Amino acid sequence: MMRFLLLFSRQGKLRLQKWFTPISEREKKKIIRDMTNMVLARQPRSCNFLDWKDLKIIYKRYASLYFCLAIENQENELLALEIIHRYVELLDKYFGNVCELDIIFNFEKAYFILDEFIIGGEVQETSKQIVNRSIEASDMLQEFQVGASTDTSPMSE
Amino acid sequence: MPAVSKGDGMRGLAVFISDIRNCKSKEAEIKRINKELANIRSKFKGDKALDGYSKKKYVCKLLFIFLLGHDIDFGHMEAVNLLSSNKYTEKQIGYLFISVLVNSNSELIRLINNAIKNDLSSRNPTFMCLALHCIANVGSREMAEAFASEIPRILVAGDTMDSVKQSAALCLLRLYKTSPDLVLMGEWTSRVVHLLNDQHMGVVTAAISLITCLSQKNPDEFKTCVSLAVSRLSRIVSSASTDLQDYTYYFVPAPWLSCKLLRLLQCYPPPEDGAVKGRLVECLETILNKAQEPPKSKKVQHSNAKNAILFEAISLIIHYDSEPNLLVRACNQLGQFLQHRETNLRYLALESMCTLASSEFSHEAVKTHIETVINALKTERDVSVRQRAADLLYAMCDRSNAKQIVAEMLSYLETADYSIREEMVLKVAILAEKYAVDYSWYVDTILNLIRIAGDYVSEEVWYRVIQIVINRDDVQGYAAKTVFEALQAPACHENMVKVGGYILGEFGNLIAGDPRSSPLVQFNLLHSKFHLCSVPTRALLLSAYIKFINLFPETKATIQEVLRCDSQIRNSDVELQQRAVEYLKLSSIASTDVLATVLEEMPPFPERESSILAKLKKKKGPGAVSVTELEDNKREGGELNGGGDRGPDTASTPSPSADLLGIRSAAPVGPAPAGAGSLLVDVFSEAGPAAPSTRRHFYRFVCKNNGVLFENQLLQIGIKSEYRQNLGRMYLFYGNKTSVQFASFMFCVVALLDTWLQLNVQTKQVEPLVEGGAQIQQVLNIECLTDFSDFFQPTEMASNDFFQRWKQLSQPQQEAQKIFKANHSMDTEVLKAKLLGLGTALLDNVDPNPENFVCAGVIQTKSQQVGCLLRLEPNAQAQMYRLTLRCSKDSVSKRLCELLAQQF
Repeated sequence: MMRFLLLFSRQGKLRLQKWFTPISEREKKKIIRDMTNMVLARQPRSCNFLDWKDLKIIYKRYASLYFCLAIENQENELLALEIIHRYVELLDKYFGNVCELDIIFNFEKAYFILDEFIIGGEVQETSKQIVNRSIEASDMLQEFQVGASTDTSPMSE
Repeated sequence: MPAVSKGDGMRGLAVFISDIRNCKSKEAEIKRINKELANIRSKFKGDKALDGYSKKKYVCKLLFIFLLGHDIDFGHMEAVNLLSSNKYTEKQIGYLFISVLVNSNSELIRLINNAIKNDLSSRNPTFMCLALHCIANVGSREMAEAFASEIPRILVAGDTMDSVKQSAALCLLRLYKTSPDLVLMGEWTSRVVHLLNDQHMGVVTAAISLITCLSQKNPDEFKTCVSLAVSRLSRIVSSASTDLQDYTYYFVPAPWLSCKLLRLLQCYPPPEDGAVKGRLVECLETILNKAQEPPKSKKVQHSNAKNAILFEAISLIIHYDSEPNLLVRACNQLGQFLQHRETNLRYLALESMCTLASSEFSHEAVKTHIETVINALKTERDVSVRQRAADLLYAMCDRSNAKQIVAEMLSYLETADYSIREEMVLKVAILAEKYAVDYSWYVDTILNLIRIAGDYVSEEVWYRVIQIVINRDDVQGYAAKTVFEALQAPACHENMVKVGGYILGEFGNLIAGDPRSSPLVQFNLLHSKFHLCSVPTRALLLSAYIKFINLFPETKATIQEVLRCDSQIRNSDVELQQRAVEYLKLSSIASTDVLATVLEEMPPFPERESSILAKLKKKKGPGAVSVTELEDNKREGGELNGGGDRGPDTASTPSPSADLLGIRSAAPVGPAPAGAGSLLVDVFSEAGPAAPSTRRHFYRFVCKNNGVLFENQLLQIGIKSEYRQNLGRMYLFYGNKTSVQFASFMFCVVALLDTWLQLNVQTKQVEPLVEGGAQIQQVLNIECLTDFSDFFQPTEMASNDFFQRWKQLSQPQQEAQKIFKANHSMDTEVLKAKLLGLGTALLDNVDPNPENFVCAGVIQTKSQQVGCLLRLEPNAQAQMYRLTLRCSKDSVSKRLCELLAQQF
């Protein structure tokens, strides 16, 4: 299974963190630090896999963002790379040419999309169409309901 | 701010995020956050009831702040409120907050569980999925308690939507991993297995993760999945790339599902049914064939997906290790990848070949790639690839290529990355020892190792070379000559000085005939290094000097001079000073005969497991040692994992109390610590706080009948015991380790009678005097009134008898079960020895799974007999055990279970 997924920028700014097993906040911070240090220090054209403790770290850079996925030892590295890629495709399809800013400003959406794709560290649905359809369906549900409720004042700060 | 904000944009949130991004400093950011937190707090506390939208927005802001790395200590209640909103968007944010920030606040968990329960029974698939995602994300025990029985029902119900089934399967898997005891598949098993036949590929993809995990834990109950998995795999493998529509990924049909099917099959041995097996072999061949076909796309995603399946298939082939033809094909395929332009593939091929190297069928095929691998070690740009190449060289090494591989690894060490040097050094040392045909090569190799990477040569490595040289007289002269030459180098590593000092001190005489290495030359050479060395090395050199005085009387005056000078005899370091004083005195007053006896050549070391191999294992975990290596060691009679049984360290601190026996010199025995089991033992100490070490020693004797119970610098207590039915006799041996007499020596052995564990203990008082170096014996006669594990009598029985009795003992209180992590070696032979040591009969061919152990025995007491059945299921992969005990008397199962769980 997958243990965690981190998205961070080239400057080491964390953009998304998903933990598939319970970990203390302190431990999370330590892992985030380790991952950004390790991955950002890699030379270009190195392989995408690293050993770290008893886990394998699979990372890949898309534009300014690094995707870093930790999987258990017996898992398939190449497939993990494609899990990252499929997630990027899903984000891309939803946001249309996704960029780092989309993920910063719509972090909750990035989480929702991930939940449709992966649950409890295992792939739930690999079909791009099905995942997108269910995300769009819930967006429809949102728009409909937001439109229907008149008592909200979006400007209130 | 981006123009597009999909769904319901929360403008307030976007503004806040921009503000944070515009902060020029960390301080400014914190200031802005604190302002926002104050604002949200006042809104939440305010009199005016917040509408759903505002609540959602503020909860979302809190979440953002938390994800930035700040602590959030409020807002949980508002998030929980959102869960019961009937607006999807609010519910969703509520669940997200809970998933990310949940803590085990029991009050909240109850409320959360309530909301989840409502959503699960809402029959609205989107709501149900949200609730399931939340359970999977949190996965706490409380949630397992609340939902573990509900979710299987949802999973197999005929009217459940596909998307809900998928979420339910993975949610259940998550709960099973946190609380396996709460997830009982029982009646659902076969319907869950049949999800492999589901029409919806997404359902199969999700369900198979669950099935794989359950199969690992209960292979028998799930074994029908093998044939289903094979036929599903065969349909995918033979389908055209367009058949599976959206489950085709870059022209590869269902790569995720294929890999998961292949992984599931790795939980089982090859299928017994010939037809199923034939179909599977066909699949594997097709996968290997496809690897040779030209790619359908130039995209890396295409080749990754295709090769992911290929590697998984190769893993299965290696797992079966029974199809020579496939193994060799796999090896050839990996050989091609070794020269692939994709770094990832080279890396994986090296890694995968490591496991192929340990199969007897493919070992030779792997060896043919040696040149490519050596080349990889020299030329790869990426250190992690070089590391894999080094691993593979180590794995493919045998007598035929050891010299070449060791030479290559040594030359690589000169430039190796610091991160992998220590491991490389260990590996070179191990290979050199293991495949040494002539020991001069071994000595050369180790000395080279010290020369090239001295800093990374651990004690184990240089201790080992000394052990070997001392044990083999055919290499001693050569070793002396070689270290002598190595020490000529103007800058040589301290480890070289240590080895040099030791070896010349023992065997310097073997080269003293040559005037170029006359005794005085040797001494001067060693002494020229003295001042550059650390204290331990200097201490070693001083010992070498006194040995020189014995070996070469002509050096006596010179060496005495050295010992006598202030820097030695008045050295501020106590150890050095003491050595200098004592050696000086020894050399001046002892006769040559006495000197020769005291400073005799070291006797051979007892043969035992190579300390460096143990170190490598410790470093890399048990998986690091290849199969061939383990076998080699067994053949040589080395005990691999004897660590657990090794005698206690002589330096162990005195520890006052333990469960079994209490001994204290002179002082009376105090009351037993509350709840401390049966008998109290207090051991020779200034009554410090209870240290765990003696207790640990006690537990060693659950599966062993003799050994050292306690040892410190003054005293050693040994124990030997024998048991027949309800009678036992225990011998205690008290050894005085000092040279002086122990006067008024008194041992109180006190038995504290526990309510259920009752022993009658009779002792004879021992003599109050123990001479220096002497050992006295005390006998304890023990009668077991109720049950006590050492009074086991083995009971042999046949398989059906066993199961019949097992079923008879089916009341819940008669059974005790424990799942625990392995504390010691999981080696089969070690386990067998422990179970036999316990006194039970080990029954073969009872458990359908040969990995498991089944035992039966009777505990004899004065008044009754208690029958005990035991089942131990090791899971080597997870390094876990499951231990189940069924006894005819309730309390016994529980007590034994706890006692035994610490033994494995």
